[in-house]
Amino acid sequence: MLKVRGLTKKYGDTAVVRGLDLDVRRGECFGLLGPNGAGKTTTLRLLLGLIEPDSGSIELAGIAVPKHAREARMKVGVVPQMDNLDPDFSVRENLLAYGRYFGMDRSAIAARVPELLEFAGLASKADAPIEQLSGGMKRRLTLARALVHDPDILFLDEPTTGLDPQARHLIWQGLRRLLNEGKTIVLTTHFMDEAERLADRLVILDHGRVVAEGAPRALIESHIEPAVVEVFGEDMADWTRARAAGLCQRFETVGETLFCYTGSPDTVIAALKQVPALRYLHRPSNLEDVFLKLTGRDLRD
Amino acid sequence: MTHFFRLPRLSWRFIPVWRRNYLVWRKLAIPSILGNLADPMLYMLGLGYGLGSLLPDIGGMPYLTFLAAGTVAYSTMNAATFEVLYSSFSRMHVQRTWDAILNTPLTLDDVMLGELTWAVAKSLLSGLAILGVIWGLGLYGSFWMTLWLIPMVALVGFCFGGMGLVMNAVSPSYDFFLYYFTLVITPMVLLCGVFFPVSQLPPLLQNISAWLPLSHAVDLARPLVIGSMPDRIALHATALLAYGSLGYVVALALTRRRLLK
Repeated sequence: MLKVRGLTKKYGDTAVVRGLDLDVRRGECFGLLGPNGAGKTTTLRLLLGLIEPDSGSIELAGIAVPKHAREARMKVGVVPQMDNLDPDFSVRENLLAYGRYFGMDRSAIAARVPELLEFAGLASKADAPIEQLSGGMKRRLTLARALVHDPDILFLDEPTTGLDPQARHLIWQGLRRLLNEGKTIVLTTHFMDEAERLADRLVILDHGRVVAEGAPRALIESHIEPAVVEVFGEDMADWTRARAAGLCQRFETVGETLFCYTGSPDTVIAALKQVPALRYLHRPSNLEDVFLKLTGRDLRD
Repeated sequence: MTHFFRLPRLSWRFIPVWRRNYLVWRKLAIPSILGNLADPMLYMLGLGYGLGSLLPDIGGMPYLTFLAAGTVAYSTMNAATFEVLYSSFSRMHVQRTWDAILNTPLTLDDVMLGELTWAVAKSLLSGLAILGVIWGLGLYGSFWMTLWLIPMVALVGFCFGGMGLVMNAVSPSYDFFLYYFTLVITPMVLLCGVFFPVSQLPPLLQNISAWLPLSHAVDLARPLVIGSMPDRIALHATALLAYGSLGYVVALALTRRRLLK
């Protein structure tokens, strides 16, 4: 569905995307993960043919981009990071106007509107102005708008950023439904639970390069110890100096917390129980641990 | 900069953009018409009757007629300019409507052509309203000749729409447009024979005036109102077309650099 080879984009002397290779299969949900500034949004803009790469090739739904970007964009629905619904139109008018940009005639769009409103859970808000919608409703409408021309593939740029948990779950539910209908989804996110939940496969980008690639579970298994014990409390520092190296396969201290990565958490916990001043949290390792291991804990502002 | 520049690729896909602006305008048509049209009309009638009663005929016509012809050009210029400055800027920068459209098969060339043709439509509306007053008050020489004012105002709208889009492309905020009005539009109104004949100006300013797009518009409008064929029609039409086209092409490159980098 999407094939990218050696994609590179430079701004001045800084390469934002460096030699990116991607393969997205039909019907899968593919995650693009990475800290801020890793090149996720630039990559999406390159894939849509909105900006021209310095080198590399893109084939989107079998169409060469940016050469035939117009034709390729006919096959893609886009949910951008920032809501850009048309504030001069109502909910329904937003869908009607957007369909026109894809060259659909009024009756074809009108026939799709009820279904799209139902999908977005906005049937009762069809004639409401945009400013009356909550953040979650706006996102759902943006998603429905991206579906107006029944695209094969969807690009979602951080689709749940800024939403409350209820609203996020509704979006996830919608995306699940689309995947079940056979749509292909390319998703950027920095919520690891979102990627773990939705993505069949994902890449982690950093500084414009792929640093890891695979299914979420496989990435966790191959990149990191199976369990984490997070240790905190007043004596954490002393305990770390005395015991961490011996008990943990790998450990890190971040602020007041020790992250102890291990294959045998029971041993670590047994040792911790002897020090009542310490508190701890034992959990299986997750994608966030992989992400932080590969991209570091430094802030990327 | 060079790689942002290329000749526009025109396509019919600009129509949904024009239509979008039309549908939004239709919702607020009455206040919009009043706001856009009342102002030039009040100036024209107020100055035309008030000042005109003190003045002799100018070039064989009463001052009101002289001013009406200037107002056709001037109000058309303003309609296009306001549209591509404030309204296009809202859609591009504030509401991010252009960003949303660029994710569809439309290109920036289409979006900006849609904005430009919409500015032409607003100019037509404004020009027709002044023309209606000219007809109503019988300020014309030949009714049939005044019909040529209709394509002319479209051309004037194209000219100032294209030029204004350049300002839109480089503006950081609404406040920036004040420079354009103070440094370009207002001097042009005073230099191009809208309120008084260019021949009243010192020779140097007359020479400058001859190059300004609004002069070409006024030189077409005034004869058409009094019912004579304008001199050098091709020159004036070409100049208006050239200013507008050049504006569109430059604006496209600058906007591409702004949005698609």
